[in-house]
Amino acid sequence: MTVEQIAQKLDLRIVCGGDSLQREVNGRLYCCDLLSIVMGRAPADGVWVTVMANLNTVAVAVLCDLACVVVAEGMAIDETVTARAEQQGVVLLATEKPVYETARAIDRYCNEA
Amino acid sequence: MHYVVPPDDFTRAGEASSAVKKTLKQIGMNPDVIRRVAIAMYEGEINMVIHAHGGEITVDVAPDRVDMVLADEGPGIADIERAMQAGYSTAPEEVRNLGFGAGMGLPNMKKYTDEMTVESTLGVGTTVRMSVFNHAG
Repeated sequence: MTVEQIAQKLDLRIVCGGDSLQREVNGRLYCCDLLSIVMGRAPADGVWVTVMANLNTVAVAVLCDLACVVVAEGMAIDETVTARAEQQGVVLLATEKPVYETARAIDRYCNEA
Repeated sequence: MHYVVPPDDFTRAGEASSAVKKTLKQIGMNPDVIRRVAIAMYEGEINMVIHAHGGEITVDVAPDRVDMVLADEGPGIADIERAMQAGYSTAPEEVRNLGFGAGMGLPNMKKYTDEMTVESTLGVGTTVRMSVFNHAG
């Protein structure tokens, strides 16, 4: 399924995305906020759920070729981050819900439906 | 390929590794090699920004290997052995707030490359040489 389908089904706010919203998600999820760990382990074409929303978050998403980044816990995402993500074709989604709950819901939708 | 890493600018760290990643993709390099080169270089860039007021990176690409030289004129590393230990960090608090500074930089660079040497002189600078081999090539 696509990033857009996940966002719509689970009521995740689309911060930016453009054409990348049509990207296929492979159903793999990754949760961590320490970028040095994320960059080595987050799966390509997967979904990364985090509370980190800075420019380096976008750089790591590009590096790992992630399908999308979900910023959980209602963390603020400033305009420079959104602008960089748009420029790099990175999808940013946002939710008020906690990291685990968010990842669990995405996992169920992708892998148990 | 040659890149300059600007000092004290976290927002631009990653530009060199992204550019190299793109180039390697275009020439059809093995994806595992691309991933390992990009991670090692990005960690190196972040290190240069945190500790060394930037520096310069040279990348040489051959079908069977990618060689990277990261050179800076920063303060140098006092104890390389300790710096190579996962979890050991001298990074300041504001860097940790950005999601770095966990003492994973050099260990990650070693983990994702096939060869790595660190030469450092206090007050003069540090040069890190890394190679990633393309075993499939």
